[in-house]
Amino acid sequence: MSHSERAATFVADAERTRWHDESLWFVRERRDRAADAVPDWEALRDEAAGIKRHALSRLPALWEEFETAARRRGVRVHWAVDAEEHNRIVLDLLRERGVGRVVKSKSMLTEECGLNPALEAAGVEVVDTDLGERIVQLRREPPSHIVLPAIHLRKEEVGELFAEQLGSPPGLADPTELTRVARRHLRERFHAAEAGITGVNFAVAETGGLVICTNEGNADLGTALPPLHVASVGLEKIVPRMADVAVFLRLLARSATGQAITAYTSHYHGPAAPGRELHLVVVDNGRSRLLAHPSLWESLACIRCGACLNTCPVFRRSGGHSYATPVPGPIGSVLAPAREPAGHASLPHACSLCGSCADVCPVRIPLHHQLLTHRAELLASGLRPGRRRRALALAAAVLERPRLFAALGWLARRVGRRLPALLLERLGAPWSRGRALPELPRESFRALHARRSRRDGR
Amino acid sequence: MRVALFVPCYVDQLRPEVGVAALDLLEEQGVAVDYPPAQGCCGQPFLNAGARDAARRLAARWVHVFAGYDFVVTPSGSCAAMLRGHLPRLVETPEAGALASRTRELCEFLVEDLGVASLPGRRAGRVALHASCHALRELRLGSPSETREPPRRDPARVLLEGLDGLELVPLSRPDECCGFGGLFAVEEEAVSCRMGLDRLGDHRAAGAEWVTSTDVSCLLHLDGLARRHGLPLRALHVAELLASREAP
Ligand code: SF4
Repeated sequence: MSHSERAATFVADAERTRWHDESLWFVRERRDRAADAVPDWEALRDEAAGIKRHALSRLPALWEEFETAARRRGVRVHWAVDAEEHNRIVLDLLRERGVGRVVKSKSMLTEECGLNPALEAAGVEVVDTDLGERIVQLRREPPSHIVLPAIHLRKEEVGELFAEQLGSPPGLADPTELTRVARRHLRERFHAAEAGITGVNFAVAETGGLVICTNEGNADLGTALPPLHVASVGLEKIVPRMADVAVFLRLLARSATGQAITAYTSHYHGPAAPGRELHLVVVDNGRSRLLAHPSLWESLACIRCGACLNTCPVFRRSGGHSYATPVPGPIGSVLAPAREPAGHASLPHACSLCGSCADVCPVRIPLHHQLLTHRAELLASGLRPGRRRRALALAAAVLERPRLFAALGWLARRVGRRLPALLLERLGAPWSRGRALPELPRESFRALHARRSRRDGR
Repeated sequence: MRVALFVPCYVDQLRPEVGVAALDLLEEQGVAVDYPPAQGCCGQPFLNAGARDAARRLAARWVHVFAGYDFVVTPSGSCAAMLRGHLPRLVETPEAGALASRTRELCEFLVEDLGVASLPGRRAGRVALHASCHALRELRLGSPSETREPPRRDPARVLLEGLDGLELVPLSRPDECCGFGGLFAVEEEAVSCRMGLDRLGDHRAAGAEWVTSTDVSCLLHLDGLARRHGLPLRALHVAELLASREAP
């Protein structure tokens, strides 16, 4: 199924589309106000873009520096070439310690790797502790947004879900009440957990430290209680110095939700206490291949703030699930086809090229231009429907011959003006399914101009 | 000063009045304007569809037709953006690069190159200006709402604001995309139409009678939606609005 087919299903529910759009636009406006509060917003973006690009240009050296420093702090560093190896490493760590219950804070990387199904298949109970993540986990569906995983749901739907699965009284729709229910439920899981899994926002090369940002403190609780902390990090998440983190922290929450900073910004320098363990799994899973691409490599600068999703007029009206990828929206449409072109060939076309994403992105990824690059590569590699390619070739052949184009235009307007409206609409589909066709003029500009020149004696 | 008018292929065939209005406005400023009849498509639809070879051939042809002019002026923000931003990378000749830098969107040319501050005469109506995404975010004609760059005035807005009798009403989302997007309009028909209807909704809430823009393509989409849904809104290109002034 293509993005447009899934999007059409979402759009068919006009009411849901309206509030999905409005909720995310509200977040975008909060982000605008937060950006206003920083005097040098654009300079900060330049700085962040520069640091990321610099770091991406020297990943091997930075990771070596990181590993040396982290080891000294008692962190065990593992390297995973792909999702499968990542899941195996995590599962082995849990098995060796006889862990059967795990709490996990938000991590798009573990989504990408399919860690939850892998753990569940091995008999490990894994509970997502971010509220939104827990909601979609209970519904057995993927998150629809990287920062707001359950943004596609109404509070009433969450109330129904909790009544069904957590035994809360039916009809609950008050966000505070619902959060209380989730909190009680999650407390039990936190206490029962034998290991905590987290993602990582920044790995700092010079210190061997990890920075994890959450709004709910769930990563902190999930790593403070159990004796084992396993953190998963993508190869691209490293920054050279601690000072660099300051630049990103000023941008991340502001871009994501319009907050000045996330409620919790936690720094991990080695295991929490003697006798505890901290393992870091560094994952490639296609990132080094993407790094070798002449232009798309810049997409690895992404800090997963979600701003490009919130601003995207298509995302706001098609919902995150229409992308069918762990990371949806503009950045997802760049990342997914880079990893697996055939499976995601429609995504680069789910874009009107408005360019808002590139202007909102705190690390200045030229997202819409990257989608153009994808479009060209997909067409060249034969991954676009044949009829589309033939239609483009035909149109180009006509347009390269302006006389022929003018003659065909003349004919089409002449015939078009005489055809019954209904037939014309049939012929004009899919343009004319939702829109009236333009009223066809009698003459082209070309012809009008020729007459005007004759009249003026030129 | 040798100035050429570039009338994009779809404007030529579907909205010739826009080309005429552009010509009128330029001649009113005393500019002698050539219309090279050999001109054709600049390649934008093909570039956007990923058909780089076709785009390159059309762009090279375009350069051949327009080389030698001091300015190429076009009543289309998106074609101007294609030519200024992408042409030099598609056709890697010094000629193409130079021509790209001398290509102008119509209002931009009037305000920034000719220094027109306002046009005489009157034009009644309540209009809202729908920013063409490409004029705004590629050509930077105006300040995108996402950025905090030093403010830049939008030449189309300057001309509309300076027009006697015209009431320019503000939209709640200043630069939301209308959902045209070239092939996007048919590939993602459902989302495209939703975007357009939402955009029209914003115009209606603002009390506008007219939608105006520097891009004919946005307007064909919005006008088609307004007519299909029986909305009391019509689309008019900025050039048409400006050219239909009553004499002072
Ligand atoms: S691409 Fe940019 S805007 Fe989008 S999530 Fe990543 S950092 Fe944020």
